Amino acid sequence: MNKKPVILLVLDILSLVFLAVAAYLALSYAPMEATMGNVQKVFYFHVANAWVGMLGFISAGVAGIAYLRSGNPKWDIVEVAAVEISLVFFLIAILLGSIWARPAWNTWWTWEPRLTTAAITEMIYLAYFMLRNGIEDPNRRARFSAVYTLVGAVSVPITFMAIRLFRTIHPVVIGSQSAQAQGGFNMSPDMEVAFFFSLFTFTIIFADLFWHRIRLGNLANKTEELKLKVME
Amino acid sequence: MAEKQAPVAKSSNFIKAVFAIAWKDLAAELRSRELLSAMLVFGMLVILIFNFALKLDAKTRITATSGILWVTFTFAGTLGLNRSMAVEKDRGCLDGLLLAPVDRSSIYFGKLLSNLAFMFIVEAIVLPLYSLLYNVNLFNPGLLLVILLGSVGYIAIGTLLSAMAVQTRTRDVMLPILLFPVIIPVVVAAVEASGGYLQGMDISELRYWINLLLVYDVIFIAIAFMVFDYVVEE
Repeated sequence: MNKKPVILLVLDILSLVFLAVAAYLALSYAPMEATMGNVQKVFYFHVANAWVGMLGFISAGVAGIAYLRSGNPKWDIVEVAAVEISLVFFLIAILLGSIWARPAWNTWWTWEPRLTTAAITEMIYLAYFMLRNGIEDPNRRARFSAVYTLVGAVSVPITFMAIRLFRTIHPVVIGSQSAQAQGGFNMSPDMEVAFFFSLFTFTIIFADLFWHRIRLGNLANKTEELKLKVME
Repeated sequence: MAEKQAPVAKSSNFIKAVFAIAWKDLAAELRSRELLSAMLVFGMLVILIFNFALKLDAKTRITATSGILWVTFTFAGTLGLNRSMAVEKDRGCLDGLLLAPVDRSSIYFGKLLSNLAFMFIVEAIVLPLYSLLYNVNLFNPGLLLVILLGSVGYIAIGTLLSAMAVQTRTRDVMLPILLFPVIIPVVVAAVEASGGYLQGMDISELRYWINLLLVYDVIFIAIAFMVFDYVVEE
């Protein structure tokens, strides 16, 4: 059994400390936004969560291609780790966004390109896990999920473009302004500090979780092997 | 296998293999007619249900027609894609095809052609029927172009994913779950462009949608061509 690396432990501690600092910066250091008030604070974490979701999405696509090229099962573990993290963080980003959108746009949900694309990405991830659950043979499971990750990674940007085109060509139905413009604001330097620190923190958290999840995947594989050995 | 042959023979063999596979599917279908009849009856039922669900009066028809058509094609298409791959898998035909000394991607293109042919046959029957039932003229060259491009994109990715779906445990429900989230660009572009043509909009306004469909078709045929080997490999 390999021991937990020291750097990983350092990352764990850093994640916790930075998260606390980021929360302080967002909640107390950054000034109150003039028109939206307290609810604007959610923005610092909302963007950071969506950022982690994006990182996971890109890592999954890269891991999928790497698996198809090399056939090395370790890329399958990396891919699952990335998809799982991305699934959770996109979900958090969508929920935080809804909390912000309720007072700012006066609705929990609107079919805005970024929101819709995030929701569709979640659907692709759910389909991904259903696909994995439906296949017993580990090699085939890895191959199929890599293919599906690749298809998803290519289709999501096209989806985003399609929906943005759909929105810009369409007349705006609710309200006279476009939804994107509503609730927009300019960041003051203090806000920028809080914002970029939060992005940085969540990048660290992403690296930490990613590493943990890959380790977990490796250990799960090892357990599976040992189980098979015992059964023989 | 294919590498050993001379390059000239290879390309002509490839095309021959593609058409042989497509022809095999069409011939089997002409004899049994089980796939087409299921897709057609299903398509008609969807239109019938929409009639009651949306209360299709003359005013709604103008805006809703393109949406209804694409929902019908998408659902009927899923039925066809599932069935066409399930037949290969159940009767062990897929193993036979894999043993054949041809490039694996010719299997993909063969299935793509036959699936596309089924899709076009269904569309060729649903469109006049819809025109007749709802008194909407659907014989518009622009609309037909959109339907052509949309169907190609849909079948290109659908053929690849259906080859994956039939090899899973929950195969009948797997295909729509895998397919629908990734064909949203096709649906958005096709519905918008068809709606635009039906409302007599100018081509310059709809150019973006046509371009999007073209880009999607090219990208996904290329991807499917590259990864099909991994999907059928044992």
